[in-house]
Amino acid sequence: MIVAEVKPFQEIKEMVKDCRRVLVLGCGSCVTVCMSGGEKQAELLASALRMAGKAEGGALVVCDKTILRQCDPEFIEQIRDEAAEYDGILSMACGAGVQGVTEKLKGKLVLPAMNTRFMGMTDGKGTWTEVCTGCGDCVLALTGGICPVTTCPKGILNGPCGGNKKGKCEVSPDVPCAWVRIYEQLKALGRLDLLKKELGAKDWSRKQRPGKYRIEEEETEKAS
Amino acid sequence: MTFREKLSAGQFVVTAEIGPPKGTDITEMTENIHLLKGNIHAANVTDNQSAVMRICSLAVCRVALDNGLEPILQMTCRDRNRIGLQSDLLGAHVLGIRNVLCMTGDYVSAGDHKDAKPVYDVESVQLLRMVDGLNRGKDMSGNELKGPTDFFQGAVVTPETDFIEPQLMKFEKKINAGAMFFQTQAIYDIEKFKEFMGYVRKFPVKMLAGIVVLKSAGMANFMNKNVPGIRVPQELIDEIKAAGKEKALDTGLNIAARHIRQLKEEGICDGVHIMAIGIEHKVPVIMERAGLL
Repeated sequence: MIVAEVKPFQEIKEMVKDCRRVLVLGCGSCVTVCMSGGEKQAELLASALRMAGKAEGGALVVCDKTILRQCDPEFIEQIRDEAAEYDGILSMACGAGVQGVTEKLKGKLVLPAMNTRFMGMTDGKGTWTEVCTGCGDCVLALTGGICPVTTCPKGILNGPCGGNKKGKCEVSPDVPCAWVRIYEQLKALGRLDLLKKELGAKDWSRKQRPGKYRIEEEETEKAS
Repeated sequence: MTFREKLSAGQFVVTAEIGPPKGTDITEMTENIHLLKGNIHAANVTDNQSAVMRICSLAVCRVALDNGLEPILQMTCRDRNRIGLQSDLLGAHVLGIRNVLCMTGDYVSAGDHKDAKPVYDVESVQLLRMVDGLNRGKDMSGNELKGPTDFFQGAVVTPETDFIEPQLMKFEKKINAGAMFFQTQAIYDIEKFKEFMGYVRKFPVKMLAGIVVLKSAGMANFMNKNVPGIRVPQELIDEIKAAGKEKALDTGLNIAARHIRQLKEEGICDGVHIMAIGIEHKVPVIMERAGLL
């Protein structure tokens, strides 16, 4: 999922200072799961902004609403009429959601309440870890299902650098060395032979921005 | 004879390090170059060591050459993509630089520009492959060069790392990718290093043992706790402690000299790489005590 975190409150306040009516728009997908931008968080942010507005004697009107996905036109369409009543939409989605709403509701001011962090997974303890870069050329079959492009800060493809200390990364003792993990996983799988394969430099043209993905026409027809 | 020729001829070689300064005043660095030349066989010029921004290694390599000291260009993958690296390598060649040490490079968070975007378009194994290609007259995309390079390329290895198996697998990849010589992270346990060399001797590569002078017992303890891949045995720490504070550095120099002498006399490896961070002027002292001068 996409992991995002709420921006500092002061920054958000500053962002909406010229608005009179703001709609805080939560997103029901990734950021709901990582508990940062869903329905509950939208309610909380809206109420904090109302209180701050009141304390400063302003006339800021803040309401909230949550749709299932802000990166999908179908769901954004549901708020078109309601959005007309506001001069600013404060999106609690990832950057894709903010831009999805911007694109669909042309001419409407859409502001980001979140900092989008990464594509990651949960460890079930309220923390999320980045595990995929979206490099467009997956090597997980060769690395025991552990991504060195992402989980090694240097993205090394051919084994550990000299910086690991007791299996931890030189960047931080909180970060496990990706290559020690890969080694142990491949050993457990009986596939250490894979580590002997020299991997060439990555084809970063697969990651040329902006990325575009298109499914074949017949598949589109089938889907619809 | 060049560094490469001396190694091929079986001479026990000594390399040391030149750390480019941060700023344009190279007076002190040039003094160090003069102090080292004639005593050692070549000097590594570090590449924004520990991710701290300084004069580029390439320019300082040329300064070393102009001052009569053969340089080894350290190249890391942290700050340049494959276009920049290849371009700098061609530039190094035309400036007369022939030795390259290929490394991935410390992460930016270790340095003084922690907010920089790290590159790592390639890493050490791929960089070695790149140099090998340039030597064969081809760039990484397979394009023909107008004039190939003629580099003597090396790499690094950490014999005392906590997880040796994956490190050795990578070491073998580096050899396959064209590494002809290696310099190690600091080693202090000669018996253990001998075992490592028993394995290394299966391969057609030259090995220079890393020597870092222990300046105090505190430094040794600090390295044991914090520096990846360094293990100072307790008996050496005790030896420095027993010598007292005043004699600590002198004892450290003696230990370095003793190790170098043993490595050479027993033919354990092909040379040493002395990293005398901040005490470059002591390198000739160590060499003299090791019986190399």
